[in-house]
Amino acid sequence: MEPRLSRYIWTHTRTAQLWILLVVALSMIPYFMSFDLPKQIVNGPIQGQGFETPGATKLFMPISFSLPFFGEVNLFSGIELGRQGMLLALSLVFLLLVIINGLFKFYINTYKGRLGERLLRRIRFELVDRVLRFPPHHLKRVKPAEIATMIKDEVEPMGGFTGDAFVQPALLGGQALTALIFILIQSFWLGIIAFVIVAVQAIIIPRMRRRLLVLGRERQLTARELSGRVSEIVDGIGTIRGHDTSNYERADIAARLGRIFKIRYDLYQWKFLVKFLNNFLAQVTPFLFYSIGGYFALQGRLDIGQLVAVIGAYKDLPGPLKELIDWDQARQDVQVKYTQVVEQFSVEPLIDPKVQEVSVASPPALSGALAAVNLTIADDGGAKLIEHVSFQVRPGETVAITGGTGGGGEVLAEAFGRLTWPASGRIVIGDEDIHELPEAVIGRRVSYASSEVYTFQGGLGDNLLYGLKHAPLTEVIYEGDKAAHRRWELLEAKIAGNPSFDLNSDWIDYGAAGATGPEDLFGKIRAVLDVVLLTNDISALAVRSTINPVEHEAFANEIVEMRAALRRRLEAEKLSDLVVFFEPGSYNIEATVGENLLFGTVTDRARWETALENHPFFKTVLRQAGLHETFYGMGLEIAENVVELFRDLPPDHPFFQQLTFMTSEEIPAYEALLQKLRGRPLDEVSEEDAIRIIRLCFGYIEPRHRFGLLTEDLMQKIVEARREFSEGLPADLVGIIEHYQPNRYMASASILDNVLFGRIGHKHTDGSDKIRAIVRDLFESLGLYNKVLAFGLDFDVGAGGKRLTTGQRQKLNLARALIRLSDFYIVNQPLLALDQRTQDQITRNVFAFLHDENRNPAIVWVLSNPALSELFDRVVHFENGRLVHEETVETPSKDSDYKEMAS
Amino acid sequence: MLLKDEVEMLRRITLFSGLPPAKLKLLAFTSDRVMYSAGEDLFHQGDIGDAAYVILSGKADVLVSTPTGQVKVAEVEQNSIVGEIAILCNTPRTATIKTITPLEALRIRKDDFLKLLADFPDMAVEIMRVLADRLSQTTSELTEARSRAQRVEA
Repeated sequence: MEPRLSRYIWTHTRTAQLWILLVVALSMIPYFMSFDLPKQIVNGPIQGQGFETPGATKLFMPISFSLPFFGEVNLFSGIELGRQGMLLALSLVFLLLVIINGLFKFYINTYKGRLGERLLRRIRFELVDRVLRFPPHHLKRVKPAEIATMIKDEVEPMGGFTGDAFVQPALLGGQALTALIFILIQSFWLGIIAFVIVAVQAIIIPRMRRRLLVLGRERQLTARELSGRVSEIVDGIGTIRGHDTSNYERADIAARLGRIFKIRYDLYQWKFLVKFLNNFLAQVTPFLFYSIGGYFALQGRLDIGQLVAVIGAYKDLPGPLKELIDWDQARQDVQVKYTQVVEQFSVEPLIDPKVQEVSVASPPALSGALAAVNLTIADDGGAKLIEHVSFQVRPGETVAITGGTGGGGEVLAEAFGRLTWPASGRIVIGDEDIHELPEAVIGRRVSYASSEVYTFQGGLGDNLLYGLKHAPLTEVIYEGDKAAHRRWELLEAKIAGNPSFDLNSDWIDYGAAGATGPEDLFGKIRAVLDVVLLTNDISALAVRSTINPVEHEAFANEIVEMRAALRRRLEAEKLSDLVVFFEPGSYNIEATVGENLLFGTVTDRARWETALENHPFFKTVLRQAGLHETFYGMGLEIAENVVELFRDLPPDHPFFQQLTFMTSEEIPAYEALLQKLRGRPLDEVSEEDAIRIIRLCFGYIEPRHRFGLLTEDLMQKIVEARREFSEGLPADLVGIIEHYQPNRYMASASILDNVLFGRIGHKHTDGSDKIRAIVRDLFESLGLYNKVLAFGLDFDVGAGGKRLTTGQRQKLNLARALIRLSDFYIVNQPLLALDQRTQDQITRNVFAFLHDENRNPAIVWVLSNPALSELFDRVVHFENGRLVHEETVETPSKDSDYKEMAS
Repeated sequence: MLLKDEVEMLRRITLFSGLPPAKLKLLAFTSDRVMYSAGEDLFHQGDIGDAAYVILSGKADVLVSTPTGQVKVAEVEQNSIVGEIAILCNTPRTATIKTITPLEALRIRKDDFLKLLADFPDMAVEIMRVLADRLSQTTSELTEARSRAQRVEA
């Protein structure tokens, strides 16, 4: 990248800069005119020059000039105006000039802003583009957060500066020069005075400011050190006291504070000295103007109008000058930042842009063999991870690499996957180096998967299909406003040097997945998910999600119909006690007391809480049902239990996750409340306290909490109170509760809860697994399973895939590599987070999948379990970075385990 | 069975007998009560361990798979704890537990268990003692088995 910012700006914005300079030059004309006008107004109509006789008139705005060879050209002979008319006319011209100047300023500022934003866009894109082309070893060294801040924050001021880079000095310099020339024209000597003082300001102030910069940096540094020392004192307080060195620390801190004080005091002195000087120089000039100019005026060598104009013009001089000095400071600042950024991003060797060029056509199948030729790979420190390895994988061959960690097999696989670059030797396909082949070929015909997974934030399905998004394959037709917007996008992208690929285009290469289009892609997705045993996980995610029943009406209806099917199925399998269904007439022992009372779920927690506290409805219903006192007693019991259990635990203890009645912060409050209420009858307890106790009951589930509080009689009463709650619900509480209705889909509940229409019993340890298996089976038999999976594919995996487990991420990563039809599959211990049984099963599945439909791709698999090598054509064993031996697997024999153990 | 009954049960297990009742109650509260019918697996050899089980009632076999098939190595019943090794040292399950009668157990999750150990060092020492006991028992059984094998060879 260009090391100097000003040159970088000039190269990319030359024409725009020249245009804006021209505009700035043009803007000088009205600017200059607005200087001259006050003089004309004062001297002419106000003081009466040219209007000596009453009724005298003058020509307003005659436009005539003389050209050589032409003589006098008279464009406009002017309008004849009297003294007052002239005053009004000239004042109006002044107003007009003010407007014109303002408009010029508006245009120039907008234009500059746009210029800066475009350059910022260009720099940012260029930096990210470089990141995409960084060599692997560099990416290991840099911190992602630093790169991100550089691209986000550190280049930001450059955009702001771009617009000012050339225009600001031209404009401000122009303004200052105009004012100066104007003064010079009015009076040579006054002009010279102004010039000298400006020169002094322009030379001295920046120098003094430079010292301010140095001091500022020192202040920052010492302050940083001080905070470091203070934290050291806090951390090492035991050592300090133990050795009686506290006074040494006091001395150290006092010395540091003294130094900081000195720096800060220096800084103040300088700052105000600079300010004083600047102000003084700015103010001393008018003094000279008044005294010397006044003297000239008295002598009649300068008229008063001129003097007023000079002083008026001088007012405009210090402003631009100060800004010019600021500009210079900003320039230095930005240049330093730019240099730092450029240094960070100038990495050799960057990947050639040609290698990453976008290509819409699908590349032909690779016919050559993948081979390492005398390959040596070293780590950052130069230690050799594999040495002089020569090894070939022919198309269609399956090779197992064994040797475990440190053997070197995984390093070779990484090199095949282009994650590391060779220190010496080459990796070729046919006779072409894989690092010179375009990524459009190698990145589509070779698939690599390892246990190091990266999942991008977004839907699970998007992540699965990520490996198919090579190029914008369709041309999107835009209409109306959207077309205009797209044209604008394209134009701006071009101006800022960004590519014009359309993100809205369909990037998914269906052909590469063996599908013909979006319609049959799902079949492929399903197949791959089955291979890596991810289907169940995804359906589990799907059934836990909520959907909008209005949007998916047909599906919601089918779910409601499934409820009966599920019951029949559970009865048939004698598993009826697995789920306790919601029945309008009976208590559901596995649901909370609250759910049983309301026979529904609360949709708006916040509104519910306030209603519970303030709304008279609940109290009345509870009293009527005779539950008020019972609930109070029950709440007390719960509070006693919870306080006893959790009292001693620190507030961040993980056990609090299992506490559903209250938060850890509320425990002390309840402890105090219990002390207050113990032994007092309910009618002596304040309304507020009673509610705080009663609300604890709502979260109670007998089989889960096992405090022994529910009796048959109580359950009966709760069921009876249900009707009151659903029918008597006042209008202002409607919508707060979604009632359980056997024939309606509940929007606030998950798909699974909608199917179950009940609660899974606590007794069975794997009750939820069993139920999920049964529900899955039902989905399959009803033909709904793929629909459910589709909801699962929309699941947002979170930043870095954090919402998935490591095992799920690794499965997803393998599936992503498998869904693309490739000639070579490099698989590098991809499922380390899974247990051995599952790993083995998936490996076998992958083999079957890749050899399905008469496909015969080459597979290189770094095995963590050598027992699986019987699947492969050939086994290659690595030890200490060297290829130790390879053998062809003749027939899969039963004693392969023993052979491996022997070797 | 209520929480307080579970606490009684826990107290009878040597591992927990030294703990104050309040802590036992907390342990019981944070654990799940689970039920199995006869012939079900509590867990399977080779799986990653995520919980230990305190058997409240019922009996189960401890099975280990060998090249010749599954071998029963022990039987566990009321008032014993199983599965604590796998959650202590992050190894796969060393055996399969299969119920022989309907069984009721308290399932203590790994994270909760480790947290308890960290909070109550007495319990850690107790665990160590129990494990050492078991080790010495295993060692003596191994010695016996070896000497028997030698006698057979001779």
